[in-house]
Amino acid sequence: MTSSKIDAKIPGGSLEDKWTTYRSTVHLVNPSNKRNLEVIVVGSGLAGASAASSLAELGYKVKVFCFQDSPRRAHSIAAQGGINAAKNYQNDGDSTYRLFYDTIKGGDYRAREANVYRLAEVSGNIIDQCVAQGVPFAREYGGLLSNRSFGGTQVQRTFYAAGQTGQQLLLGAYSSLQRQVGMGTVKMYTRHEMLDVVTIDGKCRGIIARDLVTGKLERHFGHAVLLCSGGYGNVFYLSTNAMGSNVTAAWKAHKKGAFFGNPCFTQIHPTCIPVSGDHQSKLTLMSESLRNDGRIWVPKKKDDPRKPADIPEDERDYYLERRYPAFGNLVPRDVASRAAKERCDAGYGVGTSKMAVYLDFAFNTKRYGQVEANKRNLHNPSEEEIIRLGKEVVKEKYGNLFDMYEQITGENPYEMPMRIYPAVHYTMGGLWVNYNLMTTVPGLYALGEANFSDHGANRLGASALMQGLADGYFVIPYTIGDYLSEEIRTKAIPTDHEAFVEAEARVQESIDKLMNIRGTKSVDHFHKKLGKIMWDKCGMARNVEGLKSAIEEIRELRAEFWKDVRIPGTANEFNPELEKAGRVADFLELGELMCKDALERNESCGGHFREEYQTEEGEALRDDENYAYVAAWEYMGDSKYELHKEDLKFENIKIAQRSYK
Amino acid sequence: MSGNMNLTLKVWRQKNKDSKGLLETYNVKNISPDMSFLEMFDVLNEELITKGEEPIAFDHDCREGICGMCSMYINGRPHGPKRGVTTCQLHMRSFKDGDTIVVEPWRATAFPVIKDLSVDRSAFDRIIASGGFVSVNTGNARDANNIPIPKDDADTAFDAAACIGCGACVAACKNASAMLFVSAKVSQLALLPQGQPERYMRVQSMVGQMDEEGFGNCTNTGACEAECPKGISLSNIARMNRDYIAAGLGSE
Ligand SMILES: Cc1cc2nc3c(=O)[nH]c(=O)nc-3n(C[C@H](O)[C@H](O)[C@H](O)COP(=O)(O)OP(=O)(O)OC[C@H]3O[C@@H](n4cnc5c(N)ncnc54)[C@H](O)[C@@H]3O)c2cc1C
Ligand code: SF4
Ligand code: FES
Repeated sequence: MTSSKIDAKIPGGSLEDKWTTYRSTVHLVNPSNKRNLEVIVVGSGLAGASAASSLAELGYKVKVFCFQDSPRRAHSIAAQGGINAAKNYQNDGDSTYRLFYDTIKGGDYRAREANVYRLAEVSGNIIDQCVAQGVPFAREYGGLLSNRSFGGTQVQRTFYAAGQTGQQLLLGAYSSLQRQVGMGTVKMYTRHEMLDVVTIDGKCRGIIARDLVTGKLERHFGHAVLLCSGGYGNVFYLSTNAMGSNVTAAWKAHKKGAFFGNPCFTQIHPTCIPVSGDHQSKLTLMSESLRNDGRIWVPKKKDDPRKPADIPEDERDYYLERRYPAFGNLVPRDVASRAAKERCDAGYGVGTSKMAVYLDFAFNTKRYGQVEANKRNLHNPSEEEIIRLGKEVVKEKYGNLFDMYEQITGENPYEMPMRIYPAVHYTMGGLWVNYNLMTTVPGLYALGEANFSDHGANRLGASALMQGLADGYFVIPYTIGDYLSEEIRTKAIPTDHEAFVEAEARVQESIDKLMNIRGTKSVDHFHKKLGKIMWDKCGMARNVEGLKSAIEEIRELRAEFWKDVRIPGTANEFNPELEKAGRVADFLELGELMCKDALERNESCGGHFREEYQTEEGEALRDDENYAYVAAWEYMGDSKYELHKEDLKFENIKIAQRSYK
Repeated sequence: MSGNMNLTLKVWRQKNKDSKGLLETYNVKNISPDMSFLEMFDVLNEELITKGEEPIAFDHDCREGICGMCSMYINGRPHGPKRGVTTCQLHMRSFKDGDTIVVEPWRATAFPVIKDLSVDRSAFDRIIASGGFVSVNTGNARDANNIPIPKDDADTAFDAAACIGCGACVAACKNASAMLFVSAKVSQLALLPQGQPERYMRVQSMVGQMDEEGFGNCTNTGACEAECPKGISLSNIARMNRDYIAAGLGSE
């Protein structure tokens, strides 16, 4: 039974009508009252920028915070492959229901139906909005929008702008945000880091932020606070996330009463550039869109010394096509990642480390070349001519990704297959939110990757951009009214209120504590160690012993961190090491909770693969009887957490074992 | 697994915007050719921290060449010796064992130094806020495919939109002009039907803001285009100039 401490507030009515009915009955705030209501938005990625600009357009007074030097640099900028929307422009059978269905199934039946349906419903509006802003999506010769396929679906519903979709979407949202900044309706605080939320009488009323240039702490009041602070994949140290991505905002909120949902649900992305040495500071994704045109294989023979091009077709194992004929190279990420690990663990990996598989474009380059030759009316083109034409097509589709691959590895992917391996990429877990996107702290919301809401145990490709923008453009502008309509009589609370004073003092205390350790080891030293524990024991495969020992190891590492970390410089200046230290301190707590959550969930589902629970063919074995719930963890003090469960009901979809065969 | 390159680095150190800076010399050893330039800095910083010295502050985030945050002026060239590459995507295989590498921040009046290699580029945000957008509120849009756009226009707009706002163009220019950056945004929107209603107003406001920020004039030397990591073309400046002149004629 769902814990009495949480209420998902799912509106009544049939699945198709919930959102429409909600929108037409939710309480509104009249325009003159909106001017007196202040909203704080932490984060300027797709979720934050879209929410802030939309709320400012409606008339709210908005403040936005980000730690980079410009809102345009939020991590969303790095998204490559695309954004989903159920437009059915390709006439290939797509619909709101199908996107809903694919997302629930892709998430291995661990997401909330009502939220996912709403997401699918508004997906089309997102594309309209972005195009109106001037986002240059890829187009066909007829001038209409182009689509491609992503994993876990059999329709083409992914909109894209070469391999820079996130950049173009974020620049669209950023320009809307800057427009409001120019009009004075949004005040932007760059190079600022939120370090705590302030609660008064049980409601969230503001934040404490540090100006990263001067080191000064600031107090900011808001009638409501939206955390749009992104995901926490960097708890693994190596991930595809930007260097600064962190859990601090969400974690501080968690410690102030916001429950943390499904912390162990992590997405390991199958196609990333493999680790090349100890110096490695991050991993680079090669977009899932490449699996449209790239075929994944390993040699059939162990330790085959031949160059990939010299290995004949019948000596190659296209293992995804072999194991999953229906979806082939386009199986969802969790499935593709595990399959790559399985081949490498069995000794079939390639490259010097043997921890890589091939992603090969030769076949499709040739196919494209042929099509292109036909289009151009070339009769009997030579093999070279075909390949040259094919390479042009591939370049147009993925040029920037191919260049990036060559920069990093020194190898030319137009000439030889890429070598790829899975890497940490995204976190489905995050702050628990209800249908309104509100956390368990009234007035505190979480949007985008920072919340747990829509992707269950595995996110489908191109759905994070969709969710971030849905939350910001189309959901929060309505759902926030439900709360703020009750707040119109609340005057702005002066920041000399004792709750602000106290919160600031506590933040100051913890900064002083960090600065005063003056130990011997760098922050990165601890971060790398934590990452290794997490990757080995709470990564692609998990088991009871591993998780138990991970919890012990993390506790020891945390104690050592607080005794021996060295932070140079002072706290009242620009000090990137201090910033990192605060973030790693929070990761050292989160890591433990992730392991605890993984240990508690005695089943395999999506990205959470517990070795004890698998089918004979090595597929994830869910336990719907006992685990069809969201785990929402309440912070109860140092290393103490209480589990609350939100039961998931599937009334509009038949729950079944996921099959991509 | 480290490598075998040994290098001498001369790095700009400056405590804050009000203090004077100077080049300090450091030796780094066992650098692998597979490291990125920033990873080489990570190695150096780790060493400095262990020795009890202050690490070098520099901006970076995505390390994938897309966020535009990294910004080092390497051997007299923004983002270093390779064309079409940001500092974070520059790899040490582009250097030789024994090399001396000079690393400075972007230099421009409009980009004051914050510390060491970090500068303040908020002028770029203010330029965008002055007009780098289409005024369309959320929910006002019609169906996306109601606005067909010829593929060539869409592609050219996309090429302009690829700008990452890094500021290398300013750092490369002897006049510290921001024309390439501003023209990229102006062009992107001028090439698309959505951008037409505000086309001439936009170019005037953005150029006005650019001048106010203290960027220099453009004298067509083309250094910006040569150093731009995203290949933003000079033809955008020409397009912007045409629009700017047309806007002036229209308003008189
Ligand atoms: C390499 C890569 C490629 C991807 N490609 C795709 C794709 O093709 N399609 C897709 O759908 N998804 C993709 N994703 C996932 C997707 O990009 C992210 O999930 C999404 O962009 C997250 O957006 P967000 O707005 O929630 O957070 P982010 O964009 O991460 O923004 C977080 C914001 O919060 C701010 N912030 C964080 N903490 C604080 C703090 N304490 N104080 C102040 N500010 C703070 C940051 O400054 C930043 O502005 C990709 C992810 C990666 C890593
Ligand atoms: S035009 Fe080029 S150099 Fe200038 S900011 Fe844009 S990407 Fe950087
Ligand atoms: S760090 Fe993002 S572009 Fe270099």
